[in-house]
Amino acid sequence: MVDLGFLLITFFIFTTTMSQPTAMRLALPDDKVKPEDQNKIKQSGALTILLGKDNNVFYYEGELAPDGSNFKASNFKSIRDEIITKKQQADTNLVVVIKPNDESTYKNFIDILDEMSINVVKRYAVVDISSVEDRYIRLTEGEPAPQQ
Amino acid sequence: MGRPKIARKSTNIDMTAMCDVAFLLLSFFILTTKFKPSEAVPINTPTSVANKIAPETNLLLISLNKDGKVFLSVGDSKNDKDKKEDMIKAINQEHNLGLTSGEIDALKKAPFIGVPVAQLKQQAHLTTDQMTGATLPGIPCSDTLNNQMIDWISAAVTAYQGEKLNLILKGDNVAKYPVFKNILTAFKKNEQFKFQMVTNPVSVPNGTDLYRENISGKTQM
Repeated sequence: MVDLGFLLITFFIFTTTMSQPTAMRLALPDDKVKPEDQNKIKQSGALTILLGKDNNVFYYEGELAPDGSNFKASNFKSIRDEIITKKQQADTNLVVVIKPNDESTYKNFIDILDEMSINVVKRYAVVDISSVEDRYIRLTEGEPAPQQ
Repeated sequence: MGRPKIARKSTNIDMTAMCDVAFLLLSFFILTTKFKPSEAVPINTPTSVANKIAPETNLLLISLNKDGKVFLSVGDSKNDKDKKEDMIKAINQEHNLGLTSGEIDALKKAPFIGVPVAQLKQQAHLTTDQMTGATLPGIPCSDTLNNQMIDWISAAVTAYQGEKLNLILKGDNVAKYPVFKNILTAFKKNEQFKFQMVTNPVSVPNGTDLYRENISGKTQM
């Protein structure tokens, strides 16, 4: 019994590796590419996800309506369902546009990128937030719009 | 009556030899293990399903702590340390800091660079214990006008010319996005379009597309 126990102990000592941190790869776009050379995305397949403060997530499909009627609030739990629904709807046209605002955290950003790989969204882009979208987020969060 | 008597053996075995070996191994492992040094810049990395192990050589590690301070360090290998020296020399020349060779050596041995370029001379005179994320101001990159990460990455790209440079970004959960964006700007300015972000591995949630892909054995993107 002792030698079996001893064998097991040595086996596990030699085979264990400490949990190593993993790395997530991200390729950045080249900003120098001329706008006319950039790919246009189809509005029908576009899903824009906006990240706000306190882990708030907002999204809209296609283009943001002038009255903001398609601007919807969500969170990290339910955004996955939205992505899945959109993915089934749009099929190959799906492009997810991620726009974090200044209040969002690094964790939010990683989480949403992770959501992309969890749902196997092949095409996504990180884009700077526009002032209109930022204002909608701040309005929804109940904060006055930043003074420009 | 013709049955031979089987000699009864004692159940005691001599375990002295085994204990000696076990004890030797135990003491060997205890003495050779190096404890992870307590981190000067504590960072809680976010979790992700990424399953690629972070590289450990030829790396330029950019840490982003919870206060949004940025620190720069390199890998542990000798090659990396030499490259760090090259980088410090390049920065020294570019900004006319007038660092002595002793100060350059001290900075090379320092676990990380965490001050604006103009204060490198002061950091060179600090002891390792004094260099913590709380006391050092971090490399300024919070506004686009004074983004010194651009200079550092440019120096790193020159130092690692002809070799693969792994840009690693290690950010804290609560670090704000704008600082991260400014680091990305520094990458882009130096035409470094690929980098990796350190995360803690978690398992893929059941029932998702990636989960199904992994089950069916398709390669992950």
